[in-house]
This record gives sequence, structure tokens and C-alpha cells, in this order.
Amino acid sequence: MNSAYYDIVYNKPLTKDIYEMKLKGDTSHITAPGQFINIKLDGFYLRRPISICDYDGETITIIYKVVGQGTADMTKLDESNRLDVLCALGNGFDTSKCSGKAVLIGGGVGVPPMYNLCKKLLAEGKDVTVILGFNTKDEIFYENEFKALGAKVFVSTVDGSYGTKGFVTDVLKDIDYDYFFTCGPMPMFKAIEKIAKTSGQYSFEERMGCGFGACMGCSCKTKYGNKRICRDGPVLEREEIIW
Amino acid sequence: MVNTKVNLCGIELDNPVIPASGTFGFGYEFAELYDINCLGTFSFKGTTKDARFGNPTPRIAECDRGMINAVGLQNPGVEKVISEELPKLAKCFSKPVMANVSGFAIEDYAYTCEKLDKEEQVGWLEVNVSCPNVHGGGMSFGTSPEAAAEVTKAVKAVTTKPVIIKLSPNVTDIVSIAKACEEAGADGISLINTLLGMRIDLKTGKPVIANKMGGFSGPAIKPVGIRMVYQVSQAVNIPVIGMGGVETAEDVIEYIMAGATAVEVGAANLVDPYASFAIVKNLPDVMNKYGIKNLNDIKGCAHNG
Repeated sequence: MNSAYYDIVYNKPLTKDIYEMKLKGDTSHITAPGQFINIKLDGFYLRRPISICDYDGETITIIYKVVGQGTADMTKLDESNRLDVLCALGNGFDTSKCSGKAVLIGGGVGVPPMYNLCKKLLAEGKDVTVILGFNTKDEIFYENEFKALGAKVFVSTVDGSYGTKGFVTDVLKDIDYDYFFTCGPMPMFKAIEKIAKTSGQYSFEERMGCGFGACMGCSCKTKYGNKRICRDGPVLEREEIIW
Repeated sequence: MVNTKVNLCGIELDNPVIPASGTFGFGYEFAELYDINCLGTFSFKGTTKDARFGNPTPRIAECDRGMINAVGLQNPGVEKVISEELPKLAKCFSKPVMANVSGFAIEDYAYTCEKLDKEEQVGWLEVNVSCPNVHGGGMSFGTSPEAAAEVTKAVKAVTTKPVIIKLSPNVTDIVSIAKACEEAGADGISLINTLLGMRIDLKTGKPVIANKMGGFSGPAIKPVGIRMVYQVSQAVNIPVIGMGGVETAEDVIEYIMAGATAVEVGAANLVDPYASFAIVKNLPDVMNKYGIKNLNDIKGCAHNG
């Protein structure tokens, strides 16, 4: 884990309440897609954990949703600001578990960590299908970015204003895959769990204190004992999860 | 050259900085970041007789200049702490460590303390009679002088190492409880544990934390800690460890001026994993700034005049 200030390269809206921010700084501690960073914001006591969407040798891209005052304040930051960041936290996705056709399922603000994962799986020569779920057309982001990587991309919207009408599972049920990776809201997870035909990995969200395993604020029970979402997760394997 | 050494119940500390229980695990997460032997010592994760998962999540809520936690004493139980955690801890920390103990019955406290007292690396037992998170638990012991004294006596009867009783601030008269512990044989007092607090989510109209209430900590509570350390250290003749909202070397000096012998750092470790390291590093400079050559010279100086 690295604790340092990262410069903001840009910070721009993708939809009404989803923003993309690029940070410049040390990325050498990132070991897997699906890890996250923990950001200190002026005027707020606890850090904000945000998943890493993509990274290279010197930059990190994050995509965040405005859910409270902290993330609302984040939207006002620009290139003149820098952020106090802990990077990188959590275990991330283990792509070695997937040997055949992968399906990546992202719901809403759970879409971002799928992006670097998609890149990695494609680089490993795997066949990747991406399902992105949103409530409505106006909320869609990153469809073209995933297409540009070379993945097969499906979009579902709850109101049917774009792509398949319904939920990600309405697409998933007709797809051929050997392994799945997913990040999104709990109702989506439960729907996936009902129909998934293979092993897979779920990336969980929980309110965190520290983000690096010290406070036990985000613990959960698994079939293999207690785990900390921030340190032993956020990614858990399907076989160990107690629903 | 300034002297940062202090003596805590007969054991000399290189400096008075002690990460507080529940904010430092068993040390390894932090040992990956810096050499934790720079610390005076640290108080490890609150340990109970049996393993505990703790409270349901969410367990954490943010506040202005602080946070609320309702972890609920998650720990693997004393047997596993001794067989698994302490050997790992010994690899990254070579100083005496403070063993933090909680219980839900007098016998539990005695059982857990007796076991940990036999461990070579344990220097002190810090007995938490104040955790506000557990229903029908620690809270009741720390809120009455009689119950706090009863725990103290039971632990002292089965242990040889210094016993420090960690008190709750959620009481009307902290001094009478501290005095009762001293009379019952306590070797030290540490305070303050967290203040009982609550936050409500305006979108749902419900408490943020699943347990509804939790322990409020962070810089917002520092004035309460300073006041209670000031009151208690005047009333007892045993060392007092001060804590509550410590973030800087200046805060450490303020607590020592209030009467503390050593100072614990809690929530700050969670926000900045290097917080305790930075306090240790900055302490000599801040002592120089205020013309302090030896911390013992200023201990309790706020009491005079």
C-alpha cells in the first residue's frame, strides 16, 4: 500500500451523477483489477473508497457516483487540486481462475472495475462478454470503451429505453460462459446467484472505517471464516459466500 | 536532546505513544508500512474468552471530525490470540505489548487475563470495562464503582502483570469509578473509551449503524478526554493513560499536561495509517518548540495554580 498525494489530471461528468477522474501518481502497488483506492477529502473525517477503473504506469482512472456530500464535493475538484490517496487496497479479481469464456457483469456504479478486468482477460487471450446494467438510457456509460477493447458488449436497462429491457440476468440467461465476474448492487447479485451456471467472483461493497484491514468495520462471514471486505475482499469467490 | 521516555507501571517506554486497541489490530497491517518498534507500545485488538464475530454491518458511520463504530469486539478468542496472533506479532514487535481484554462476566475477565498474563510478550493488561457496543456487556461494569472494582479485584487475583482499567466516559462521576479501581488494586487507569453516539441517515430515516448506537471517537471528543484525564489524574496515585482524539504530537503533550503518563492514539490510525509513526517522529520537535526537555517535567502541570 502506498500513501501519497496524487495530482488530478482531469475530473469530468460521464452522466448526471457519474464522474470520471484521472489521477497521476505511483501505481506500482496495484496488483490486480478490482482493487480500490481510499481518498481523503477536505472537511471529511473518513476516506472514500473508490474502485480502480483502469491504470497504467503513472495514472489511475476512477469512476465515482455522487451519493453524498463527500462525493458531491469531489465533483468540484480540478487539475489545480491533488488528493491524499491510499493505493492500492483489497485483493482484486483473480483472472487465473477463469480458463474459458468469461462473462463480466457490471451494474451501475459497479461497472468501472470491470474495465481493467476486461482488458486483462483479453490480454490473456480469453473470450470476454460484458453485460452492463443500468436503470435507463441516460445513465449508461463506458459502453463504447468496452467495445473499443474488443469485447462483446450487451446493455440492459430496467425501463427498456436502451438495449435489452430488464436486468443483466435477462441477458445472462442466454449467454454461453465458463466463468463470471461481477460488481454491482446486492439485488443484482442475488438475481445472478439464482441463475448462474458456473463458478465466479463477486466484488462487494461495505461501509469501511480504514480500508486496509485494521478496524474490522467491514467484516462478513464466509464459509471459510470471517473476512474483511476491505482487505480479504472486496472480491469473494462464489463458493465461499454465505447469502 | 529531549527525553521522550516515560515509565508506565514499572516498564520504561521509549516514548508515550501507544496505538489504541481496536485501531491497530495485532500490528501486522501497520508493520508492513513502518517499523512498529518505534512506538512506545501498542494495545492489541480487544480479546474475549470466546471468539466473537461482533455486530452486523454497517458498523461504521462518519461524523464531523470523528466517527462512530459498532464493531462489537470481533476477535478470534483468547486461545487463538495466544496460539496464532501472538507468535505472528512477535515477528514484527519486540517490545512488551499491551493486552486489551473485554468480558461479559467477571469470570470471563479473570479467565482471559489469567491466560494472557502468562504470555511473555504481554507487558500490561488493559481491561476494558467500558465498551459501549455490546448489549448487556462491558457497559454495565464500567458505569458503577462497585462493578468496576469487582472486575479489578478478580483480575488482580489471577495475574502478576500491571493491570490497567480502561474506563468509559459515559458516566456521571468518572472520578469515583477511577478511585474504586485504584482501591481494588488497579495499577493504572486508561481513559477515555468512546462516547456513545448515533447518526441517522436522512434518506432512510433510520440509524446509519445496524447496531443503532456506537462509540464516537476522533478529534471531536478530545476536550472530553482532556477534561476527564485532568480530573482522574488529580484524584488517583496510579498512572493514567490519556486518549480521545489524539492526532498530533501537540495532542500528546496536551494530555500529559492534563496528567497523563502515556497517551493512546485511536481513530487517527484508521484515517492515516502513518499517524502514530508521525506523532513519534514529530514529538521531539514539538517538545523543543515548547521548551520541554523531559515529559515527566510537564506531567499534570495543568493542575498547578
